[in-house]
Amino acid sequence: MSNIYLSHNNIVSAYGFDSASAVDSIKNEVSGLSLVDDSKILPNPFYSSLIAQDNLSKAFQKLNPQEDYTRLEQILLVSLANTLKESGLELTDRVGLIVSTTKGNIDVLDADNPFDQNRAYLSELGKKIETFFGFKNEAIVLSNACVSGVLALAVAKRFIHQKRYDHVFVVAGDLVSQFILTGFNSFQALSELPCRPFCKTRAGINIGEVGCSVLVTKDEDHLVNESVRIIGEASCNDANHISGPSRTGEGLYRSVVSAMNQANIEAEAIDYISAHGTATMFNDEMEAIAFNRAYLQDTPLNSLKGYFGHTLGASGLLETIIGMYSLHSNTLFASLGFQELGVSQPLNIITETTAKESSIFLKTASGFGGCNTAAIFQKVNS
Amino acid sequence: MSTPGYHIKSYCHISNGKISKNGEVLFSDDSEEFPAFIKAAYKHFETDYSKFFKMDNLSKLAFMGAEVLLKDNNEENTALVLSNSASSLDTDRKHQDAISDQSGAYASPAVFVYTLPNICMGEISIRHKLYSENSFFIFAEFNPHLLSDYANDLLETGKANEVLCGWVDYDKGKYDAFLYVIAKKGLLPFDTGELTKLYRTK
Repeated sequence: MSNIYLSHNNIVSAYGFDSASAVDSIKNEVSGLSLVDDSKILPNPFYSSLIAQDNLSKAFQKLNPQEDYTRLEQILLVSLANTLKESGLELTDRVGLIVSTTKGNIDVLDADNPFDQNRAYLSELGKKIETFFGFKNEAIVLSNACVSGVLALAVAKRFIHQKRYDHVFVVAGDLVSQFILTGFNSFQALSELPCRPFCKTRAGINIGEVGCSVLVTKDEDHLVNESVRIIGEASCNDANHISGPSRTGEGLYRSVVSAMNQANIEAEAIDYISAHGTATMFNDEMEAIAFNRAYLQDTPLNSLKGYFGHTLGASGLLETIIGMYSLHSNTLFASLGFQELGVSQPLNIITETTAKESSIFLKTASGFGGCNTAAIFQKVNS
Repeated sequence: MSTPGYHIKSYCHISNGKISKNGEVLFSDDSEEFPAFIKAAYKHFETDYSKFFKMDNLSKLAFMGAEVLLKDNNEENTALVLSNSASSLDTDRKHQDAISDQSGAYASPAVFVYTLPNICMGEISIRHKLYSENSFFIFAEFNPHLLSDYANDLLETGKANEVLCGWVDYDKGKYDAFLYVIAKKGLLPFDTGELTKLYRTK
């Protein structure tokens, strides 16, 4: 099988408008979460990480837009414009576009939103991004709950492997909206404080927002210093419950084993795990069981939700990009918010930013519908 | 473009008050509304599965299509690769209506969980004990080329032995499902031209 890589990348987040601003803050263990008081979203204040609208508008105007774009479209366009520019790739018919999102422009369903409700159709969102940059191929929208961002990388790899494309740009994002917050609140899944993945005192999720993008390519001439090769990936369903994680971690365990088999590596070869770690009681417990079943209990592990919150359809891609920089800088980033292990199985949680020679990392995600994805990445430049 | 070695094992249409398998109508009903139609289909096929009644319209549609195709299927490693145009907007609008007043006090977890299109694949996975690959794509219209590429990759890399593919769309009371199973042996060559033809023949 030919080699397929992740290359140029960008993160638009509360930290700033490039990957470096996010990585630098994480290295210094600075959270992007803050208390938000917006009664249009939730009656009570909640912790979140939001992209500043005034900075977003300024960055977006530089792209010289010819019509009005929604907030999510602006976030995705700003991120992808940066990655496209850095890559210098010409958009031929060999270049694909994947948009990863769970809810897209869901805020247009609100009667107060000025945009037409048809903007909520995800293919409309795909079309807006595709035509803005002049992609020659129809945007492929992937909407697979909270595994979308990492599954999108597997999807990009598979389309390149099938020779449909030589390069694929993946862009991912979801908004912090009343729609999402009231939904998670109805599940009593929201934490009133900054989240604490895998900690004894964890009390639920924070929802955050980012836009991020990456070039997936088979071409070694288009790599960057932090590039990684995708060496294994798999998705397995729990076949158990549509909203509750499996008690045996079945789908996640099977995903991790299947990805390791494809990568042809044993558990010992993995230097670092970027877990999903939403900080709900049941999710983190499920992950601990799955990682133990896969003999990964001693592998250094973090959740990045303490920095960004859960960024839904973007989270898997966002956390993969951070993982690329973690490998490149040979640095394990602290799992922010963690104090004392609060799951029934042992895990090696990274408690402070640590130097460690690393070459392979595992990214996992799990979501509603019983879906799970695992992907394994290997550093290109050592 | 056809893929050597693989076939369309079976296919199913659900639209306009009819359910057919491999071109043969198995059930038809005069109910004008989808909920009545799909409930009648549930009874006709003697489906004994109480979770069905908790599902949203999109999940009921996908579930019945999978019932028709997977009922006697023994292949455990059957991946699910589904697509549509309207995502979960039918249920999204219900959640939006519930939260429009009272600052979200009326939001229901039983509704909110269905505001994702991939939930219907979770329902099928639970029903048929499929611990397999799931992907849900949104396209403006049925796209057999991309679905076939993706199915091919799952089959070639051994991630799946069979793939349940297709289109399952529910929007503003209109429903349209075309599902098919790709396998080593089957009725018809696995060919995007053939799929386009079958999709249009309702």
